[in-house]
Amino acid sequence: MSTATRSLPRTIGAHAILLTYTAIALFPVILVIMNSFKSRAGIFGAPLTPPTPGTFDLIGYTTVIGQGDFIHYFQNSLVVTVASLFFVLLFGAMAAFALSEYRFRGNSLMGLYLALGIMIPIRLGTVAILQLMVASGLVNTLTALILVYTAQGLPLAIFILSEFMKQVSDDLKNAGRIDGLSEYTIFFRLVLPLVRPSMATVAVFTMIPIWNDLWFPLILAPSEETKTVTLGAQLFLGQFVTNWNAILAALSLAIMPVLILYVIFSRQLIRGITSGAVK
Amino acid sequence: MAAEIRPKRPFRWHIGVFLAPAVLVYTAIMILPLAGTLQLSLFRNIEQHQVFVGLENFRTLFGDPNWSVNFWNALRNNTWFFIIHMLVQNPIGVMLAALLSSPRLRFSAFYRTAIFVPTILSFVIVGFAWKLILSPLWGVAPHLLDLVGLKSLFTPWLGKEEYALTALSLISVWQFVGIPMMLIYAALLSIPEEVIEAAECDGITGMSQFWKIKLPLILPSIGIISILTFVGNFNAFDLIYTAQGALAGPNYSTDILGTFLYRAFFGFQLQVGDPNMGAAIATMMFVIILGGVCVYLFLVQTRLRRYQF
Repeated sequence: MSTATRSLPRTIGAHAILLTYTAIALFPVILVIMNSFKSRAGIFGAPLTPPTPGTFDLIGYTTVIGQGDFIHYFQNSLVVTVASLFFVLLFGAMAAFALSEYRFRGNSLMGLYLALGIMIPIRLGTVAILQLMVASGLVNTLTALILVYTAQGLPLAIFILSEFMKQVSDDLKNAGRIDGLSEYTIFFRLVLPLVRPSMATVAVFTMIPIWNDLWFPLILAPSEETKTVTLGAQLFLGQFVTNWNAILAALSLAIMPVLILYVIFSRQLIRGITSGAVK
Repeated sequence: MAAEIRPKRPFRWHIGVFLAPAVLVYTAIMILPLAGTLQLSLFRNIEQHQVFVGLENFRTLFGDPNWSVNFWNALRNNTWFFIIHMLVQNPIGVMLAALLSSPRLRFSAFYRTAIFVPTILSFVIVGFAWKLILSPLWGVAPHLLDLVGLKSLFTPWLGKEEYALTALSLISVWQFVGIPMMLIYAALLSIPEEVIEAAECDGITGMSQFWKIKLPLILPSIGIISILTFVGNFNAFDLIYTAQGALAGPNYSTDILGTFLYRAFFGFQLQVGDPNMGAAIATMMFVIILGGVCVYLFLVQTRLRRYQF
């Protein structure tokens, strides 16, 4: 791009706006983590300063680790999220391919049927879902959560992925057919790699609500063995409402694993979005 | 497609194989239970038996002051919740994406990563963290306002009836601004280079390039974001629940349809849970959301189609 489109004031302005918003986005997170390492006097006396040797205190963390079973909760959340994500992406991409690639009777009707789930929150069916899980003996298992989240994630995944799959060149697929590739090979070898950037986008939008959900763990899997980290944190925060050290430490412990996971994952995501295979 | 030219084609099993897993899971776990819930709204539990009562539950919902006052209040609050998202979240998201996508911007990966951080946090964390920050006990918010000389503006926003809902909406905006940003950002990157170069040859650069060339091209994405926001807002629940509890205080001023449904469905304090009334409220939410989606599909999306490549 030519240098004529760039100007110093505009660049500075862009950085100023982005920096301001970055500060707004990160401030609460940093504030919570920073204060979790302080004594009670430090938290209230100088909330905006980083912990100093005088105010440094791990009392919050020792309380939390003595009380909760966060590592176990974290494992449960991870299993549920990864398994649901896998099924949503696999089944969603397959269905999106069928809808965008083939013309068959009932195609648009099927598309509309699958898109219904974008607008209807699955929560509205909770009572019947609970009855179903009780009947099939899946209450208090992670399988129940994985099934529900797979169903919840599929509609949006299919909707977004089929939009993207329509843009994959027909010539490419037909060239594959002439070379004798089966429809399955065309899907897994040709189309899937090309829609990878949009898969990354879908993965993020699917993963967030699953990881953060409070409702279904509370109703379908509230037992100690199957508690997810969100439910565990909610119950914990309810118990320690006046113990600020413990609350800040618990919040930090809930934030940090997700943050680490996100920093690792975001490189993948950004590379996916910016590689621009879909054009 | 070659298969269509031939007069007799074999049954294409692969279509069924591609569709089957998604359709099966989706139908069994989502559609059937939803239909079951809608059906429940037409029944009432009389002496331990589910009795068909037609639209009687809806007559109670709109006619009985015990229910209708709460229902309209929740609907009004929910509409305000949505308006704030549309007016604040989406313009900020578009602006950030436009800035981020400008070529050769340094640190853009850092900005993108940082601004998306709140979106990955759970409602439990967001609700509690903001409750602590806005709490007059801790004093972070008044202290910050003091730095810019506006300390007199501080009140405990989450505790005042007239501000609580707006404050919570802005917290929700803070959390979710990353989603429109990422979607618009991806859309901006997918604009072909030739289009931008053609615009530059015609002397259209900078701001006018954004308004005249890029914005029309990303309108379909803005449409998608709007409808996602609408659906998300009209079944929101978690943030209000974690920050204000199921009673959506102070004095129901932050009550939205999700919390109203929860109280009706499972009961709270002295009120006994009534699955059938809950199902009736769920049905109303269903109708509202369906209406919004129909407007999008038939009015907005068909007009935006023509801008796509």
